[in-house]
Amino acid sequence: MEVHQHPEKKYYLITDESRCKGCGLCIAFCPKNCLGFSDEYNDKGWRVAKMQRMRDCIKCYMCERSCPDFAIFIDENEQTEKEELLKEEKTQEEKKN
Amino acid sequence: MTAKKKTNEIDTSTMVKNPPKKFHHPYDELLRKYAIPTIYCPGCGIGTTIQAFLEAITKYTDIPHENIVVISGIGCTGRASGYINLDGFHAIHGRAIPFASGVEIARPDIKPVIISGDGDLFSIGMGHLAHAARRNIDMTVIVINNSIYGLTGGQDAPTTPVGALTKTTPYGKISYPFNLSQIAIANGATFCARYTVYEFTPLAKAIARGMNHQGFSFIEVISNCHVNFGRRNNLGDAIAMRKQFKKARVRMTEKDINKDWHKTDIEFKVGVGFTKIPTGIFLEEKERPIEFSERIVNAYEIKKS
Repeated sequence: MEVHQHPEKKYYLITDESRCKGCGLCIAFCPKNCLGFSDEYNDKGWRVAKMQRMRDCIKCYMCERSCPDFAIFIDENEQTEKEELLKEEKTQEEKKN
Repeated sequence: MTAKKKTNEIDTSTMVKNPPKKFHHPYDELLRKYAIPTIYCPGCGIGTTIQAFLEAITKYTDIPHENIVVISGIGCTGRASGYINLDGFHAIHGRAIPFASGVEIARPDIKPVIISGDGDLFSIGMGHLAHAARRNIDMTVIVINNSIYGLTGGQDAPTTPVGALTKTTPYGKISYPFNLSQIAIANGATFCARYTVYEFTPLAKAIARGMNHQGFSFIEVISNCHVNFGRRNNLGDAIAMRKQFKKARVRMTEKDINKDWHKTDIEFKVGVGFTKIPTGIFLEEKERPIEFSERIVNAYEIKKS
């Protein structure tokens, strides 16, 4: 398991090497070109996909939903999300006032 | 505004070496973990469809998980009931629907869901599907259509398009294929939808809508068999086939079709691939005919009085 954390929004993206089969669907469908093949091979001999540019990630869930083998997923940090929502609400109220 | 250029530099500064907790996939509780990794080829559409089904039952419906039974027949898709950690049954070839009818009649509160392939439900199990649709039994049928017999090595199936090269038709297929949605509607299905594996979210929402619908609901999923179908017809790998689905899909509603079901035919050109795949919800009958298990209850009441 390789864990990456977004520097600003604090959510995690996890790639599971033991499940990956190297089909490349997550790499092809990522709109921001964040993912790529690594130089490593897993136990079954597949060349695995890994997160390479986490700063560009926009949390569109395209990689998680296109993966047929449940090998890549996003773990939301619920606390920071709630804080962000509260901040957004506050800014909107201020704008209205 | 200038768009950012795509870079290929590897940035490892965001990697967390000591993660604060153990991470697991959001659908890990609904999967039998000892069976994973799956036996499917890399990039197969069946895994994506299973994920869409799991998303539908967790996010978009309120049906409790104890009341769902997953039944599947034979084929690559038949293994779906073995990977999903719900009540399930791996039926004999083509007989997934008779088993589901029995479940529904014995326990009307249970929702049977059939996940099976086109070879299982439309070649050997065709008669069962027609009669289940005629009786309007409350079940959800998810057919994964890869237009070939994938498990046995790529023989010509009833859904193979005209001109396609397969193992048993080396000079191109002569006969016409089935339009699965049209058959289901003609036999009396009250909910019918078709999506490709590229459209994950609409597919999950359609599955949830079909499960909430009382009566026979039919969902067709156009999937990619790049190993047996794509390789022989020069359609490329999984990524190329899914990009082709993205180009070829045409979103249609009930009004666009206006009961002219020939508009929902899939078009295929030899050497080019799929040129038109109509997708969307084709039929949803709101003034539904009464479904089968309710009718049995009514018949008992008449007998008692």
